Amino acid sequence: MNEPVDALDAIDAMAPRESGALRISMRTAAILLAFTVVFTALMAGAYVVTAPLVAASAQKEKLNLIGEVLPSALYDNTLLDDWIEVPPVKELGMSDAARLYRARKNGEAVALIIEAAAPDGYSGHIGLLLAVKASGELLAVRVTEHRETPGLGDYINPKKDKNKAQPWITQFNGLGLAAVTPERWRVKKDGGRFDQRAGATISARAVTNASGRALAWTVAHRDKLLDLPPNSRFEETRP
Amino acid sequence: MSAYKEIAWNGVWKQNTILAQLLGLCPLLAVSTNFVNAMSLGLATIAVMMLANFAISALRALIPYEIRIPVFILIIAALVTVVDLAFNAFLHDMYLVLGIFIPLIVTNCIVLARVEAFAAKNGLRASTFDGLMMGVGFVWVIALLGAVRELIGQGTLFSGIEMIFPTLSGIQVLPADYPGFLIAMLPPGAFFVLGLLIAGRNWLEARANERMRQQRARGQGAAATSAPA
Repeated sequence: MNEPVDALDAIDAMAPRESGALRISMRTAAILLAFTVVFTALMAGAYVVTAPLVAASAQKEKLNLIGEVLPSALYDNTLLDDWIEVPPVKELGMSDAARLYRARKNGEAVALIIEAAAPDGYSGHIGLLLAVKASGELLAVRVTEHRETPGLGDYINPKKDKNKAQPWITQFNGLGLAAVTPERWRVKKDGGRFDQRAGATISARAVTNASGRALAWTVAHRDKLLDLPPNSRFEETRP
Repeated sequence: MSAYKEIAWNGVWKQNTILAQLLGLCPLLAVSTNFVNAMSLGLATIAVMMLANFAISALRALIPYEIRIPVFILIIAALVTVVDLAFNAFLHDMYLVLGIFIPLIVTNCIVLARVEAFAAKNGLRASTFDGLMMGVGFVWVIALLGAVRELIGQGTLFSGIEMIFPTLSGIQVLPADYPGFLIAMLPPGAFFVLGLLIAGRNWLEARANERMRQQRARGQGAAATSAPA
């Protein structure tokens, strides 16, 4: 039986050791799989337990944010249940469809809460939330998200504004396009009526122009937005 | 007990994750723009490091050596996700401040480094304590870095603390018309201040070494003179 060893025999001779290695590999893979399953289950479990709480606090947060532009005393409907879905139109600058909320008191329309975005901030998008009165004036604007330079352009967020008595963003309050025409709805540097802070004009210009555009769009479509049944979708009909 | 003392000394000073090992610089530089942010991230990091060291020390007998790194990363990522969700659900106000920083902890290689270097080889109690002390070493450096950058950059201290404790408010340290020094708030400022902190630590260490050498030399000198007599 001592025939010369050829290549095939050599492979056969390795077989037992190879199956041992295979078994070790399989065992290792099974252990890794088991760890993956157990810890994925842990994460999934944590998600299921926390999801309702997270959703509730996200809604509360949204109401808090809306409360900054529209005092809760001004309306008595359940605001988050009276929404209109708005497609991403150019004037609002949003990249996705967004919800617009309608505030009413005793059944009368009070204001529209609308999200908009300025595409031309100093570093990327600036998210805005506007409250537009049913009569067409801007009640207030707030910046919901931005990445402007800290200490320089971030005064567009009133919490970061050093002028606490009269933050920059409050100068839009109560103004409508009847009082300030779209040509004048710009920063002073561009020949408009709104102040900007030295050294950070770009942030102010982006917010000013975007809020003017959003206000004009909302006013132009006001009747239709107010007449649509609750929780429906707004379709823009262009002539 | 001296083993625990050594763990504490290593974590806080000798093997300090930032000053000595220079690990985890990404979240460190990104978040240390002011004291409150820095402290918040630091505390969340302590929690994750203790949990990760505890979990991996407990499971260390089950983890094959060859695949330990993927398993460690899996465990750390799962723990961070759970901590993130728990914060969001149960401490929502705190989450609004810390929220963006918690996922960053996964990218912090300190956690993986301690798990690999310590928790995989040591008992439950020592590993958890090591996580705590390494975390403390991280916190004091990042908090100091945040405080210095905030003071130079804005002239304030503890600004934003009202987001955590609504009754407190930040302190204006320098005069209110201080124009601010923007570069301290931007990433280069983080490198400047960190460089100074590391230089300071090296200086203290060099001085301590020098003193030790002099003492030893004096001791030897005394031995040499006493020997012939």
